[in-house]
Amino acid sequence: MAKIAIKAKNNNDLSEIRALIKKHKKNDLIFAATGMFVIASLTITLLILFLDLVIDGYPRFTLDFFSNFPSRRALKAGILSAWIGSSLVLIVTFFVAVPLGIAAGVYLEEYAKKNWISDLIEINVSNLAGVPSIIYGLLALGLFVYSFGLGQSILTAGLTLALLMLPIVIVSTRESIRAIPVHIREAAFAVGATKWQVVINHVIPYSYGGILTGVIIGMARAIGETAPVITIGALTFIAFLPPSPISTSAPFLNFEWLEAAFTVLPIQMFNWISRPQHAFHVNAAATGAVIIVLTALMNGFAIRLRYKIRKKIKW
Amino acid sequence: MVDKNKHNEIVKAESKKLDFYYADGTQALKNVSLPVYENKITALIGPSGCGKSTFLRSFNRMHDLYPGNRYDGEIVLHPDNTNILDAKVDPIEVRMRISMVFQKPNPFPKSIYENVAYGLRVRGENNARTLDDKVEEALKGASLWDEVKDRLQDLAFNLSGGQQQRLCIARALATEPEIMLFDEPTSALDPIATVNIEELMSGLKEKLSILIVTHNMQQAARISDYTAYMYLGELIEHDATDKIFTTPTMKETEDYITGKFG
Repeated sequence: MAKIAIKAKNNNDLSEIRALIKKHKKNDLIFAATGMFVIASLTITLLILFLDLVIDGYPRFTLDFFSNFPSRRALKAGILSAWIGSSLVLIVTFFVAVPLGIAAGVYLEEYAKKNWISDLIEINVSNLAGVPSIIYGLLALGLFVYSFGLGQSILTAGLTLALLMLPIVIVSTRESIRAIPVHIREAAFAVGATKWQVVINHVIPYSYGGILTGVIIGMARAIGETAPVITIGALTFIAFLPPSPISTSAPFLNFEWLEAAFTVLPIQMFNWISRPQHAFHVNAAATGAVIIVLTALMNGFAIRLRYKIRKKIKW
Repeated sequence: MVDKNKHNEIVKAESKKLDFYYADGTQALKNVSLPVYENKITALIGPSGCGKSTFLRSFNRMHDLYPGNRYDGEIVLHPDNTNILDAKVDPIEVRMRISMVFQKPNPFPKSIYENVAYGLRVRGENNARTLDDKVEEALKGASLWDEVKDRLQDLAFNLSGGQQQRLCIARALATEPEIMLFDEPTSALDPIATVNIEELMSGLKEKLSILIVTHNMQQAARISDYTAYMYLGELIEHDATDKIFTTPTMKETEDYITGKFG
């Protein structure tokens, strides 16, 4: 016959335990509520600002706005040269910062000896990610524009923003490489792979998701940067396009556009907002909305990509 | 030259007065001299931290991946009498001759096929037909072929733990190694998967020599031909498994296998 416990715990004890749990759980509630409040107030502020921009800029959301050059007459002005300029600059930035950043990250993680020099480089790289962007602009003005004589060109702007983006790519590369478990790495070495084979066949493919996320977040930062581009002398009023990168005759690709003068979206916006006429402020609001949408799209894409790749590779 | 010894077996490899120091200066192996016999399973047993895994990982120079580790002494691989710890011998050459299966199944996040083919690709094999044949052969050798032959392009992570470990064995087998190292290969597996792996190992020794670290004394008794008992970085006793488990010479060995200690 089963025995039933008559007195497992004294009743007093039980109510004390329950009171204690209740007290401890209060902390959960307080923390969750505070977090919720902060997130909500920030999100709502951002949404209101964005909505305000959209409402202000609404009359200018037409196809003409995207296909017109800037003009003295606000209603005819558009952002054609700005969005093409931004795109071309970002292409340069991408092709410079991504290979260089990944290579630097791989070198620092896999090849460099761990000593005080690598520590110093590590601290420096992390610090660079936080340096105000105007400093990069000044560096670029001295180095690219004056020393290298690259002029106030798309190439200079692309290189400048690449400098800005480089630390982000390096840090995200190193972090995703570190996330690869030791036992997977050892498995690759154990079958007789060289360091380079391990890097090419395993390290880079497995850290791809994290690297790509870093790249896109870096690009989203670069697209909104104004200060360094102004410093190197981007024009504020430009009514022509750079030469097309693609031509119909051989060699089909040309690089004259790299040397062309340009403007970018944030500068166009800055220019319009500094005009006295209200009609130009509408244009500025519309441009602001376009930049925010572009940034949000890029970040959203990065999150989606990371999610998809992480689903395939789970350690 | 064929080395014979007191057990009248062919020596495939032997460690001679092996010392090992980790980068922080701790000595993990002290003067370990142990033969690995051809076509036999040699089991390493001993309490946690006794240096058995350290010893095993010396055989494919895994310690070289981490700076500051240091070996003293030799591990000689026969028949060519190469001291695989010699600084002049490339660790990659050693790993191409001696393969390893790890404690936790560690397939690459690639397809089943690519996992097995990787060792061959590293050796420069790119011929699709040769790869197909060798992958099939290795998967059969690891008794996994029937379970995966219709889904070779599936991700290896979709396999069960026991299947993943057999996949890792196939990966290690595909390159036709002379010795296979097993580092507690069943400690993360359920009893049925464990039995599968044990049967597999008994079959594998027809083709190669096996050195296995195990926490599980019954496992050592079941599958190995020779057993070595290690304690605090030293080799206490090495003998035929029957002898070790019935009439060990050393008191420490007896205490450990009877459960009085460890």
